[in-house]
Amino acid sequence: MPDNQVELDATATATVQPPTDAVAEPAIVPAVPPLAEEAGSDDRISVASQRRLIWWRFKRHKLAMAGAVVLVLFYLVAIGADFFAYADPNLSDSSHLLVPPQGIALHVHPLTVTRDPISLEAHYAPDTSKSIAVHFFAHGYRYKLFGLFSTDIHLIGTSGAPAGKSLFVLGSDAYGRDVFSRLIIATRTSLFIGLAGVVISVALGMLLGGLSGYYGGWVDTVIQRVIEIIRSLPTIPLWMGLAAAMPRDWSVLRSYFAITIIISLIAWTELARVVRGRFLQVRDEDFILAAELVGARPRRLIFKHMMPLFTSHIIAATTLAIPLMIVAETSLSFLGLGLRDPAVSWGVMLQQAQNIQSVALSPWLLIPVIPVVLAILAFNFVGDGLRDAADPYES
Amino acid sequence: MLRFIARRTALGVFTLWVISVLSFVIIQLPPGDFATSYLARVSANGGAAAGQSAAQIRADYGLDQPLYMQYLKWMNQVLHGNLGMSLQLQRPVADVLSERMLLTAIVALAALVFTWVVAIPIGVYCAVRRYSIGDYALTFLGFLGLAIPNFLLALALMYVAFSWFGWSVGGLYSQQYQTAPWSLAKLLDLSQHLIIPSLILGAAGTAQLMRIMRANLLDELGKPYVVTARAKGLRERQLIRKYPVRVAMNPMASYISILSSQLISGSIIVSVVLSLPTVGPTLLAALQAQDMFLAGAIILLVGALTVVGTLISDLLLMWLDPRIRHAG
Repeated sequence: MPDNQVELDATATATVQPPTDAVAEPAIVPAVPPLAEEAGSDDRISVASQRRLIWWRFKRHKLAMAGAVVLVLFYLVAIGADFFAYADPNLSDSSHLLVPPQGIALHVHPLTVTRDPISLEAHYAPDTSKSIAVHFFAHGYRYKLFGLFSTDIHLIGTSGAPAGKSLFVLGSDAYGRDVFSRLIIATRTSLFIGLAGVVISVALGMLLGGLSGYYGGWVDTVIQRVIEIIRSLPTIPLWMGLAAAMPRDWSVLRSYFAITIIISLIAWTELARVVRGRFLQVRDEDFILAAELVGARPRRLIFKHMMPLFTSHIIAATTLAIPLMIVAETSLSFLGLGLRDPAVSWGVMLQQAQNIQSVALSPWLLIPVIPVVLAILAFNFVGDGLRDAADPYES
Repeated sequence: MLRFIARRTALGVFTLWVISVLSFVIIQLPPGDFATSYLARVSANGGAAAGQSAAQIRADYGLDQPLYMQYLKWMNQVLHGNLGMSLQLQRPVADVLSERMLLTAIVALAALVFTWVVAIPIGVYCAVRRYSIGDYALTFLGFLGLAIPNFLLALALMYVAFSWFGWSVGGLYSQQYQTAPWSLAKLLDLSQHLIIPSLILGAAGTAQLMRIMRANLLDELGKPYVVTARAKGLRERQLIRKYPVRVAMNPMASYISILSSQLISGSIIVSVVLSLPTVGPTLLAALQAQDMFLAGAIILLVGALTVVGTLISDLLLMWLDPRIRHAG
């Protein structure tokens, strides 16, 4: 989005005073104005490292910065998921099915159920004579923080009654499981499956794109044809077929792994294209020829001389590939072909919102849509910002 | 030009072959085979398997032969127009799919038309009124359109339509036309029902195309020929429409082919959510029931549709843009 960039520059120069102290640490200069126009900063630019230049440029992209903040928050939640959740995500409570969201308060009242005699629809009414206190750092189910420390402290919890059976901040689902806690645990699954998938895609994309761009000739032709064919395949039906072929009795871990592989088969072509393009661009540079004449082997040429030039581009392309993975996992799980219970992901949660009846009666089942959209937007903004920042010398 | 067509066609045929192998692999992937799943189904329904043994069924269907023979047999059948039997429905696959396949193509085409009709004027508007409030608002909408996966958009729209307006979105025909023979009224009814699916399906593509159109047009607007035309006193509206828009549209045509493949493939999952009578829900049901012959046939047909769509759009592009014709 280069044009958007220009606009951001315009507002930045209009509002930000030129830094008074040109040699100040860049981190404390508020919203760095366009590099070239920065008052008296010429020497700063010429001595700054590549990484620093990229960071300056990235910082000017406000949407990208916002996206980065959102992503950091998301991953913090994902890492400490068990701490932020207050109920066991798979604890089902048949006396609290489809409880509407209670919101957050200092105490909750236990719910009494009355059933409509005709539709058998459950109505929950708070029993105001009793109350259960909600407080921070409460004891709940046991888990291992970061997989290391066994503890049972959670950010919030209840005393007097188990949290999983009394507190429903965002309501409960059709099996009486707490939506909020599931959402937190799902965030971990969905965000990390995106990362895992992208690792495989990057490996494939870099290898094949690199071969294609570095060697050219028939290798390039073959790989380009393969990519062309893969891009014209109808991806969704193919994933659906592959995912459905996965045996149902596989363990959660195994199917998780299989799904990761299936979804990573899509994104590598785009990465390969980017890598190939960069290789082609760099291959004819004089310094590469010089290194070659001095006797550098291909390995050294690629990793020492070429790669550092476009790692930032690859990182940007990778960031843009992650949301694709997240959407892929969500779609497959939503259709019931991806992850299944007891695994919890955004797609698994949305499975219950598949038909209009359940959505109309219990709209809170649609809540996972919000983190999906937020995460995708954030990744896209950050990726766009990185892509623009990857060439710090470009105007 | 002929070389270009030949090259594209060859690539299309090759892609189709790859798809056929992949669909075959998918048919074969689940553990067990048709015979075991068939017997399991029969005994689950309480029926004795009428004296059939697994070995006999395998012999009947040629499942005891090596894989490549099975593939050749399947291909041979398919090329003769016989897609096999659906295990789950016990009906020929071709019967199950004929109308649904047509509707899949119609839905994808409607979404494609929607994408173009909406994206181009918006793109032009955003480029001409760059940095106006309208530009920002539309750009933001475009971002949202790109970021929201279309099946989630379908879910959200369904909820909004139902809870705010009391509409029940879904399906492609009103009740009274469900089984009615084709007529003008049914066609009108169908086109009304197509609006929401094409909006949902086209959202991402529209956002993409809009951005490209805007960028392309911005590149053109500063060019000397535009200044010349303006200096000659041509009215702005006419000027934009006559010159830069036409130039800016050309590169966009190359997006038709990638867009058409995305739309056909995307319609599968949106159809499941909106319960459109396309092949989408059938594919899902077939996959869930491990009815792999039906599923394989659908994947193959959708693949064929994609390849043909890509081919048509490539040819269209060539017709539109002389530069490609000469380079080909």
